[in-house]
Amino acid sequence: MAEEVVLLDFWPSMFGMRSRIALAEKGIKYEYKEEDLWNKSALLLQMNPVHKKIPVLIHNGKPVCESLIQVQYIDEVWHDKAPLLPSDPYQKATARFWADYVDKKIYDLGNRVWKTKGEEQATAKKEFIESLKLIEKELGDKPYFGGESLGYVDVAFIPFYSWFYAYEKCGNFNIEAECPKLIAWAKRCMQKESVAKSLADQQKVYDFVLQMKKHFGIE
Amino acid sequence: MKWRTIFSSKTMGDDEEVKVFGMWASPYSRRVELALKLKGIPYEYIEEDLSNKSALLIKHNPVHQKIPVLVHNGKSIPESLVILEYIDETWRNNPILLSQDPYDRAMARFWAKFIDEKILSTTRKVSFTTGKEQEHAIEEVTEQLKLLENEVKGKAYFGGEGIGYVDIVANFLVFWFGNLQEALGINIFSQHKFPFIFEWIQKQLKIDMVDECRIPKDKHLTYIRTRLAAFKSASK
Repeated sequence: MAEEVVLLDFWPSMFGMRSRIALAEKGIKYEYKEEDLWNKSALLLQMNPVHKKIPVLIHNGKPVCESLIQVQYIDEVWHDKAPLLPSDPYQKATARFWADYVDKKIYDLGNRVWKTKGEEQATAKKEFIESLKLIEKELGDKPYFGGESLGYVDVAFIPFYSWFYAYEKCGNFNIEAECPKLIAWAKRCMQKESVAKSLADQQKVYDFVLQMKKHFGIE
Repeated sequence: MKWRTIFSSKTMGDDEEVKVFGMWASPYSRRVELALKLKGIPYEYIEEDLSNKSALLIKHNPVHQKIPVLVHNGKSIPESLVILEYIDETWRNNPILLSQDPYDRAMARFWAKFIDEKILSTTRKVSFTTGKEQEHAIEEVTEQLKLLENEVKGKAYFGGEGIGYVDIVANFLVFWFGNLQEALGINIFSQHKFPFIFEWIQKQLKIDMVDECRIPKDKHLTYIRTRLAAFKSASK
């Protein structure tokens, strides 16, 4: 049976980018469907009735929701190429822990950097940089979080690189100055076609963030 | 004062050392113990005083400094959902907690995440807010429970033929929610409103290990009431 893979997505979403990268790493052909989040499609509402959010991966008609769950699903279904999670249970647990850290800490703090101002933003900026330094420490001297090749944590985190410029402009700071190894890692990832083709353009993301700030009345 | 208890259904092997840093009233902590007991894995339990965290806990979970943490032969694994999958992948005996089928696994992970990020999180809001904010949180958690009710409808367990990953994560509903309601004086969660979840609870209670992980009710009610009182006085 021919495989039918559809990804319901929204171009600046770092969560959608994760699934794009995973599918590209595995060489899976899929149909990309851009969603208008202010006018969600009937298909999206049908495929993700619980959260009504993107991304949604639809494989042979069956939906998989939540980006990290999708990445694991993609890794398990197409397990014979470019494995993203290691086979050792402890290494797997470590990878899952850090991907969860990206979601719980880095995402929230990054949001606060562009959504707030004044003292609140100053605190968010400080905590955001601390969280980047912590994950940079976890990377250590490895080329990728996955070791010699792109792994689960790389896929989970690299999409945020497309938002770094927006965070920097909104928060008035320089990430490379604070975390040079992390930027070196990001640029290394960008050398890969799967990543380069999946990430949104940094300037476009910044323009989008400015639009959002206006929309939410955050100047 | 910290106390340690060794739970053994069989002699611990020389090469296996399993420790759990937990807190008796934490559903996250209890779910790890439940998984280990179901698999028959002996472990040493270390009760943490969350107002005075031990140096060992901080050493094993420097990033979040939270319980539960599983330490297996010196290797630390924090975050309860990560721990559950680690347990299932390391000890491959029955019960197998997650299916081998990628789609079923994705669905199990989805519902576990939903329980933690929505139901448990909104329950905290119900406990620690008042007035309109609490009313809104009550409405929200009711809607979330309805989605879970729909998911367990017609099934003996969330996963399949026996207790699994989602049942363990949903264990929160077996003991905690009822106690919380009683302490708060509300009635969101009843057999009348959620007959399928209640049926699932009855089946869960018949499992020895689930019953063994029972939270002592009176102690729990006192604990909740103390926390609620502390919150009320802090917010004055």
